[in-house]
Amino acid sequence: MRLQLFSPARFVAVVIKEFIQVRRDRVTLGMMIGIPLVQLVIFGFAINTNPKYLPTAVVDGDMSTFTRSIVSAMNNSEYFRIDKDLVSEKEATALLRRGEVQFIVTFPENFTRELLRGRHPQLLLQADASDPGTVGYAVSSFQTLAPEVLRRDYRPVLPGVAVASLPLDIRVQRCFNPEIETPINVVPGLLGVILTMTMAFITALSMTREKERGTMETLLSTPVRPLEVMLGKIVPYLLVGYVQIGLILVIAWAVFDIRVVGSLPLLLLLSLFFIAANLAVGVTISTIARNQVQAVQMSIFFFLPSILLSGFMFPRRGMPEWAQWIGTALPLTHYLQIVRGIILRGTLLNDLWTPIMAMIVFFLIVVMIGLARYRQTLD
Amino acid sequence: MKPVVTASSPAVDARNVTKSFDGRVVVNRVSIQVRRGEIFGFLGPNGSGKTTFIRILCGLLRPDHAEGTCLGFDLLHRRDEIKRRIGYMTQKYSLYEDLTVEENLQLMARLYRLDRRRERVDAMIERMNFGDRRRQLSGAMSGGWKQRLALASCLLHDPELLLLDEPTAGVDPAARRDFWDELHNLTASGITALVSTHYMDEAERCHRLAYLAYGNLLTQGTLHEVVAASGLSTWTVQGGNLSAFAVELRGLPGIEQVVPFGESVHVTGSDRAALTAAVQPFFSRPGLEWRETAANLEDVFIYLSQQRARDNFQ
Repeated sequence: MRLQLFSPARFVAVVIKEFIQVRRDRVTLGMMIGIPLVQLVIFGFAINTNPKYLPTAVVDGDMSTFTRSIVSAMNNSEYFRIDKDLVSEKEATALLRRGEVQFIVTFPENFTRELLRGRHPQLLLQADASDPGTVGYAVSSFQTLAPEVLRRDYRPVLPGVAVASLPLDIRVQRCFNPEIETPINVVPGLLGVILTMTMAFITALSMTREKERGTMETLLSTPVRPLEVMLGKIVPYLLVGYVQIGLILVIAWAVFDIRVVGSLPLLLLLSLFFIAANLAVGVTISTIARNQVQAVQMSIFFFLPSILLSGFMFPRRGMPEWAQWIGTALPLTHYLQIVRGIILRGTLLNDLWTPIMAMIVFFLIVVMIGLARYRQTLD
Repeated sequence: MKPVVTASSPAVDARNVTKSFDGRVVVNRVSIQVRRGEIFGFLGPNGSGKTTFIRILCGLLRPDHAEGTCLGFDLLHRRDEIKRRIGYMTQKYSLYEDLTVEENLQLMARLYRLDRRRERVDAMIERMNFGDRRRQLSGAMSGGWKQRLALASCLLHDPELLLLDEPTAGVDPAARRDFWDELHNLTASGITALVSTHYMDEAERCHRLAYLAYGNLLTQGTLHEVVAASGLSTWTVQGGNLSAFAVELRGLPGIEQVVPFGESVHVTGSDRAALTAAVQPFFSRPGLEWRETAANLEDVFIYLSQQRARDNFQ
């Protein structure tokens, strides 16, 4: 009788068993659907909302018809609410610092006179950009609102100054967070974060559960081999991962109006590497952890750096070098490049080879650790 | 490298099996021979190393030292061949509770890559009388049915050797009796079974026995051989206030063991003459009825483990 190292039949046996178990485990199944929903709604809305009626202070050194009509136009728009009109520059700065207002609009002295002479007076909007998502829409609306108001009333006193090109210098100053990340980055990024979380967690639990319940002893006493068990546990969750991706993309489109600019099939194909990498992490964790509690702790140990250092929350350029290195070792970092590239910028396969290779290398290393750790005995 | 297997060669011929965990010896140079087609009883108190020994036999634990064969295959180096020829039933129920009876059996059939899977599973369901329970989640069944399923799943691939680790623990008496009838049917058809148990009545249904305590093999053989080898003599006394009387007897010279059994007390010693001399003065006491009997298995095992405990203590 020959002994096979890998038997498709035994592999299929494990796959079928896992499928039945996944289907029966309502709580886990609910979690796998629920986590994407909850996270998308919480993250997506909290960061991506289009907040309105933001408190604004006005420093008006001019007090002309023009400045007043800009202020009232702002107040009439949905984005600003003039809370503190006619305050001193010092007061306004203090208000912004304390977070009592989100914006300061400053009209310099002689704003009107300079404007009429075509001398490009400065109109300054200072924004508390510590939460970039909040101010983005208001800032862009301001940039169209002010010229519109002026154009209505503006009659240049000096000849030769064209009405169309308003001699105005609108300056926007983002305080507290000069490097803004566009909020649109968040939802595609969530795709990676959610997959990392659910895939690694659930597989890490699945094998430790076998140890705790004693079913591992039964498995080990049969001729089944390590690779058959590991792959057999990965495959059913691949499918679950794709269900999650589908769910997230639909919500991103329906709720946040984010469409995939690039190729959807390419995105789905490359996601395979990422899901597989995370599932391998989960299975490997479960070969190390003695019980389900330890498995959860180890998953968190993997999940936290993934979220913090991958560039999902903070731009990687701002990180110290060691943190960037850790980030480079994590699959989420590379997947974010792929996801943001394909969804937002329509990046093509040719520009994505580096992250793809990185994920494959990660997968292979983790599977090897897992196979080395898998015990065929109970010692 | 085809092993030479004849009807007369032993199913298990394990010698000097030793295993320790963290420097603590759990199985100490145990040698056991199990003949083909017999039910071999494995007895001993909790923690005596029975489970460890069985796990070593089926390749679940790596022994520190072992020689010999299992089903003709080298114990240490041919574990894969051994695995596919044995059926192992764990002490704790360890099939998938969230799979049905049928799904559990299908899984096992696939893992052993059996042909005619449907047919075999159906036949097994029929044979074990699962009937409508075939679609029931195994975790929802009673202890007796779980045990039947566990037995069914280790019989599916027609093993030559069954390793059953306390298969009847926590199972009601009727189910226990059914189980043993089934076991005798199986061995009649040529299967060998090694069964660990705590129950003396079950021990008496085995063809041969081994008794393990503190990792050491204390005795091995048929029921009569074990009793004879112990060299024990026993007097059984009935009637009167036996509990008080038992206290009186304990510690008298020549009496090594006094065990109350409900309506009777067994008084046991290794020196027949000394024992008889010790009990003789009580023959005249009214209301007591004395009989010289053979020591039973329980007397022997209690005697052996206490003797062993004394040896360990010294």
